Amino acid sequence: MTGDHAVARLRLDGVHKRFGAKVVLEGIDLVVHEHEVVCLIGPSGCGKSTLLRCVDLLERIDRGRILLDGRDITARGIDTNAVRKRMAIVFQSFNLFPHLSVLDNVTLAPRKAHGVRRSQAEAKARDLLGRFGLADKADEYPERLSGGQQQRAAIVRALTIDPDLLLLDEVTSALDPELVGEVLAVIRELARSGMTMVLATHEMGFARDVADRVCFLHEGRVLESGPPAQVLRDPTQERTRQFLSRIIDAGRL
Amino acid sequence: MRGWLAEEGAKGASVAALSTVAVFGLAVWAVLRSENWDAVQSQFFNPENFAEAWPDVLQGFWLDLRMFAIAQIAILVFALLVAVVRSLRGPAFLPVRLLAVLYIDLFRGVPLILAILLFGFGVPALDLPGVPRSPLFWGVTTLVLSYSAYTAEVYRSGIDSVPESQRSSARSLGLTQWQSLRYAVLPQAVRNVVPALLNGLVSLQKDVALVSVLGVREAVREAQIYTSLTFNYTSYVAATVLFLLISVPAARFADWYSARDRARRSQMAA
Ligand SMILES: Nc1ncnc2c1ncn2[C@@H]1O[C@H](COP(=O)(O)OP(=O)(O)OP(=O)(O)O)[C@@H](O)[C@H]1O
Ligand SMILES: [Mg+2]
Repeated sequence: MTGDHAVARLRLDGVHKRFGAKVVLEGIDLVVHEHEVVCLIGPSGCGKSTLLRCVDLLERIDRGRILLDGRDITARGIDTNAVRKRMAIVFQSFNLFPHLSVLDNVTLAPRKAHGVRRSQAEAKARDLLGRFGLADKADEYPERLSGGQQQRAAIVRALTIDPDLLLLDEVTSALDPELVGEVLAVIRELARSGMTMVLATHEMGFARDVADRVCFLHEGRVLESGPPAQVLRDPTQERTRQFLSRIIDAGRL
Repeated sequence: MRGWLAEEGAKGASVAALSTVAVFGLAVWAVLRSENWDAVQSQFFNPENFAEAWPDVLQGFWLDLRMFAIAQIAILVFALLVAVVRSLRGPAFLPVRLLAVLYIDLFRGVPLILAILLFGFGVPALDLPGVPRSPLFWGVTTLVLSYSAYTAEVYRSGIDSVPESQRSSARSLGLTQWQSLRYAVLPQAVRNVVPALLNGLVSLQKDVALVSVLGVREAVREAQIYTSLTFNYTSYVAATVLFLLISVPAARFADWYSARDRARRSQMAA
């Protein structure tokens, strides 16, 4: 797809992150090209969320660099707000603003951070909400929505700022099983439309379907990375094999 | 189940009414037939003195109400400002953060009456050019400063009660620290502390009377003047009636609102 000569949309060079004495990321190297979908997998606590939060500059890294379109966004003096305006993150627990209607949730960032006029922001928001089956929920408050609807609204909120990079952190793990499908369908649709995405997930079947590449995180590093068919079916690393066999035993692949 | 409860409720209500009438009736009867009642009545509940003192006390109370309204508005605004400053993050804001903490500690640590005396008599005595000398001005200002210190802490507890994920969610969308606070955190924070703010309001409504120590002629001061002239305390009762007229309904309202708020929350959590 994208040649090696092209500047990567996202690049992590030896990223280290620790919380107090606990080392979480210990030299992460990762390259994500435009239109690529990369899935992060690995056992609970291996640092998937931390990695995504570091990319979104919600956590400060201790060592290494993170580059967005070739520009070091972890350098000193960088305007973090300007960087964050170019990407969006969707959390496991939705994190919609409970005091705002769905429409206001979705239009807040375009209006306040991007200076889009209200009428314009709302028109676009309604259009997007419609595309994701939430047309009739625009004026509701989040608490009146099902988990799946809330998560779709959170994804729409992320999309209204036209991000160059979308980060998704286990967006289905807080959902009842019967609601997982509708959210995965949305992400599949985004992948088809060419959105560049990095997503942490425990849904191996989904990772296999949607990912261009799967990365297995272990002890703070990317231990194994490759096309889903290879990593998930025929991993080269013993650790990956162990992790996958536990997942298979749990009936999740 | 429901029927049984309703029946119990109806029976309970009539028992409550009966016992209330009995207890209060007994108390009133005991007071009225005590041999001191006549003395008490002429000293505290004398209709003529009441009528005589009433206009001045009422006039003073009108001043109390105006002081209360102005102070309350100033407190709600100023305290929010202090709380916001206190919750700013980043090393650049350390000096203002420290200033906010210092202010809060100072004004929470000093008895209100002492602060009022200090500012109300002290500052005008300095005779500084361009600085107001009116005791009324300094009395209200001290009320605002003192109550704002408490109220800032109320707001701050509200800010702290909003999950961190709300802030990071706003920041991740590209909103600045200030915008995240303004649009995501503060509306939730304020809503969470409305009951506590209402309690502060009820107590301020009474504490405005403290500026009487500066000689400001509000209700208590007027009552005091009347008493010193006549050696009759009915004017105090008149002031009491006026304060109760406002504070009791206000307190009831605060309780009612808190109960409703609790119900709303437990419903949301369910
Ligand atoms: N703010 C924090 N302070 C201290 N420790 C943290 C913090 N955030 C994460 N950690 C620790 O870092 C490690 C990695 O956490 P992280 O949430 O990134 O893992 P994860 O791979 O996303 O796990 P899961 O699959 O359960 O979501 C964990 O041991 C966690 O306890
Ligand atoms: Mg996680």
